[in-house]
Amino acid sequence: MIKNISNLGDAAVYCDFGKEVNKEVNSKVIKYFKNLKEQNFEGIINLTPSYNKLIISFDLTVTNFKKVKQIVENLDIKEISSTSEKKIEIPICCDKEFALDLNRLENKLNKSAKEILETFFSKEYFCYMTGFIAGMPFFGDLEKNLQAKRLETPRVKVPKGSIGLTEQFCNIYTFESPGGWNIIGNTPLKVFDTSNEDAPNLINPGDTVRFKEINIEEYRNFNE
Amino acid sequence: MSENYFEVIRAGINTTFQDNGRKNLNHIGIPASGAIDKRNYKLVNKILNNDINHPALEFAYQGPKLIYYGEPISIAVTGDVNFKLIRKNIETEGKCYESITIENNDEIDLISTNKSVYGYFSVTAKFQIDYQWKSCSTNTKANIGANNGKKLENSQKLHVLDIKEITKRSINYINTRIENIRVIRGTNFDYFSKEAQQNFFSEEFYVTKLSDRMGMRLEGKKLENIVNTNIKSEGLVKGVIQVPADGNPIIMLSDHGTIGGYPKIATVISADFDKLAQLPPGSKIKFKEVNLSDAETIFKLYEMETNTLLSKIT
Repeated sequence: MIKNISNLGDAAVYCDFGKEVNKEVNSKVIKYFKNLKEQNFEGIINLTPSYNKLIISFDLTVTNFKKVKQIVENLDIKEISSTSEKKIEIPICCDKEFALDLNRLENKLNKSAKEILETFFSKEYFCYMTGFIAGMPFFGDLEKNLQAKRLETPRVKVPKGSIGLTEQFCNIYTFESPGGWNIIGNTPLKVFDTSNEDAPNLINPGDTVRFKEINIEEYRNFNE
Repeated sequence: MSENYFEVIRAGINTTFQDNGRKNLNHIGIPASGAIDKRNYKLVNKILNNDINHPALEFAYQGPKLIYYGEPISIAVTGDVNFKLIRKNIETEGKCYESITIENNDEIDLISTNKSVYGYFSVTAKFQIDYQWKSCSTNTKANIGANNGKKLENSQKLHVLDIKEITKRSINYINTRIENIRVIRGTNFDYFSKEAQQNFFSEEFYVTKLSDRMGMRLEGKKLENIVNTNIKSEGLVKGVIQVPADGNPIIMLSDHGTIGGYPKIATVISADFDKLAQLPPGSKIKFKEVNLSDAETIFKLYEMETNTLLSKIT
């Protein structure tokens, strides 16, 4: 299932599941991730799954590349129950003050804002991974006619709650952060909760979301 | 609240609580964090006979100025730090790598780090601070850890509990600086032109001011990418050198984003992390290639050296 295993520096194993990015490949990544996490091997200190890669960091004072590579190669992959895979609705307000790049996208995609949003809201999205900043979910796949590149010059500050689009993916900025994705709206929903240590993420890899458009009043009243 | 506390007269630059950091949270976007110069962090606690994971204040360039109110307590400072003690209106030069007992109304002024970036300050007592995911390490980008996930601010109070008495402890240690940073080839090394690959290992790069606990941005000969300036976003680890479209390398440090979409030209070996992080803006860096087995051997030597130092402290 893993196409290639190599080292990333001297304290991480880099598992490449192939060039393709789709739900099927990502499910394999998640399967390895969950099995390794569950079995809690000595010396493994971090697992970072992404679309089509899994990076396993280890404590070099305890183990080494060769040993961790063997663990991965000999891993007995069990089906892990998918009960954690939820369906979540995310309210988004696409008012001018939040939709920072909607005009830019109209030009890039040669479509009206209305068409862009209609297409965007028309389907469910799958959460491939979380990360970059704490709790940030990465979803896919956008319809082909919504796919645009990153901004040429990334923003120094993307507002918290922003929904960004790039290539076949979209994400939610859980904190104010630098970033180069095309911003089309903002959610008032708390997506990452630092006070909940056991489950800080509202959305986890494998979950499905549906975005729902709300107006500015609904946005403002959301947390009241 | 305890009655023994430090009051922050001047917070300093990027003064945060740090320990050994967090584990097994990368998959939700939380990096390891923790002290960026692990050896100096270990030394400050060993000098004070503290646990190996005891919280310390880490500061960059300029440390805090503190006044202490309470029963006698011992403190220590590590790194290459100029600091003063003000006791009963008498100023004395502070010495790093030794325990110093201070009393009510004494002040510590951690003036600056000398041709380096980070310094450490700790005490023979427990700081009254919050832990998140079993670590006090402050990640200011995600507001996680002690002090509500923020850096110290002027005039705040740092309460301490369970003050422990120790006899004087010290070690002779001199921080050496390095220019040559050893790296292992990255997973996207072949994205770069032959010339860029050669330049990476032969040209000099300079540390820029846009460097912090997340990463170190370098400038030098632009590294030309001939395949794609983006990759599908994937995990990052400390030490990874990413090269965005502008051709300037960025090295991931303790608070790095857990996922990134720029090609990875190389990864700094673990043994060189401490010294790399101590290079201030303007410093020159040359990358030297090593293979995995060399890196592992070099790390064993680094560990042995650290442990020998720690065992010498009595």
